[in-house]
Amino acid sequence: MANGSGSGGKEAWGTRIGVILAVMGSAVGLGNFLRFPGKAAQYEGGAFMVPYFIALLILGIPLAWAEWGMGRYGGARGHNCTPGIYRSIWRNPLSPYFGVVGMIVPVCIYMYYVFIEAWCLAYAWFMATGQLALGTERQAYIDFFGNFVGAGSDGFLAGGSSVSPAVIALGICFLLNFALIYRGLNKGIERFCLFAMPLLVLCALIVLVRVLTLGTPDPNVPQQNVLNGLGYMWNPHTEDGSFWKSLSNGQMWLEATGQIFFSLSVGFGIIITYASYLKRDDDVALSALTSNAGNEFCEVALGGMITIPAAFVFLGVAGVAGQGTFDLGFKVLPQVFNIMPLGQVVGTIFFFLLFLAAVTSSLSMLQPAIALMEEGVGMGRHASVAILGFITLMGSLFVAYFSKDIMALDTMDFWVGTFCIFILAGFQTILFAWVLGIDKGMAEINRGASIRIPRLVGYRLKYVSPTYLIIIFIVWIKQQYTAEKGNYFLTLRDNHVAQLTVGFILLVGLLFLMLIHESVRKWQKAEREKQEARS
Amino acid sequence: MTTGGWIIMLLSVGFVTLLLIWCIYKVLTTPGSEQHMHSQADIETPDVDPRK
Repeated sequence: MANGSGSGGKEAWGTRIGVILAVMGSAVGLGNFLRFPGKAAQYEGGAFMVPYFIALLILGIPLAWAEWGMGRYGGARGHNCTPGIYRSIWRNPLSPYFGVVGMIVPVCIYMYYVFIEAWCLAYAWFMATGQLALGTERQAYIDFFGNFVGAGSDGFLAGGSSVSPAVIALGICFLLNFALIYRGLNKGIERFCLFAMPLLVLCALIVLVRVLTLGTPDPNVPQQNVLNGLGYMWNPHTEDGSFWKSLSNGQMWLEATGQIFFSLSVGFGIIITYASYLKRDDDVALSALTSNAGNEFCEVALGGMITIPAAFVFLGVAGVAGQGTFDLGFKVLPQVFNIMPLGQVVGTIFFFLLFLAAVTSSLSMLQPAIALMEEGVGMGRHASVAILGFITLMGSLFVAYFSKDIMALDTMDFWVGTFCIFILAGFQTILFAWVLGIDKGMAEINRGASIRIPRLVGYRLKYVSPTYLIIIFIVWIKQQYTAEKGNYFLTLRDNHVAQLTVGFILLVGLLFLMLIHESVRKWQKAEREKQEARS
Repeated sequence: MTTGGWIIMLLSVGFVTLLLIWCIYKVLTTPGSEQHMHSQADIETPDVDPRK
């Protein structure tokens, strides 16, 4: 890197732009363009944005700072894995065992994230080869996606004489990720994405302009126009209920909070691990905020303005409401690309760049588990990656096999991608504000920082954030107790695939619990030996 | 699109855009930011063999 030293010279300026692109590049992922629009559509947009922004300001950004700070704090005390970092902050025998959630979250999300990454790669290929030129009939795109992911029945892996394109794409993605993680080449691809990320944003801007200029594509259905599409996303009331009625949905508050965590990678166990490798006086405050700002810009200003209005224009209310989490991007965007000038080229580039953005995110997801295996049980990087490769391959095949209604993926996305992240984020909030303490914690964040974080953030993390999390959790549990629709407990009770999925998650958790237990024993032994040597 | 919708949209998109612009401004004008700022992807873990 150039020695900028504040000279403001061309070289330093260029390097700083590189820093911005790198920080933004690692923040942008599938959550922005695919998961967020899906969630917003599920809860009819406007109302969803209220808990979404409250969660961003009360939880997301402060907790991102806290995670960076705690990670660097643990790293300075010789720990790089989540259980070790927790132990360095809280000297309680149970503290490292909370790290099991910090293992389950990134590892299990990786299992289905790679599968969706494969959809992006395959859709880029379909776009390039014209296979997605399905005309103006919306059902054709829905059917294409359904057939592609095997939403009609389970076990599409075994069905038919030819291998499904989804499985081929999954194989390519899995091997690519594995090779890059195994050889430690994530830095190389990150450099490559310094160019890819601005291209992705440019591509999204082109699509945004096209969507905003769609007007009323079908004069026979005048109500399906862009303005109403934007209204569906942003209006603070819904078709079938008032604004206040929509806000009383506890599930929506939980999902909005989960989306913030998912999107900012807060409560993942990833930031805390990477921050542990930082130097003592590296900046964490501006780095975290820039990363969050870039992420939110892509999510709200681009992702939110493209998919839902476009879906509304082509599919109407019925087509937008109640869609699966990741459906919109794969059912609606191809239709938009199909009717826009140079749509095939833009669509190909868009899905391919989305695939690259996903790769930059998935590459970092296994690092928390690798760090545990290396630090806790003394394995080498290659052995750790090989074992994790096997475990995650089983998980990805599990998700791909139980494809009916994308049940395994949806179940894993809720119980891990929302519920477990929520639990981990809650635990880390307590750990930072109540155990480490505001004084120590804020001093850690502000050391070497390019911006000064006000002490008020510490008090927010200590009092407001936990209270907010507890209230949402209680409301959600109460609602789940009575809800007939969207009840994850009922689904878990009645659906065998959901039960198997949760069983699989628990099995992964058990494996990491054993590893953590072994690590704790090793750390205790090392400490005893050190103490004996001193005395 | 109702008035409330316009307000929520402009506030939401405006907020995230201004936040990003402010962050970019801070990075570009803070001396030494290029040396001390990091993203999770540019942090090299010590277990990676640079020869590979």
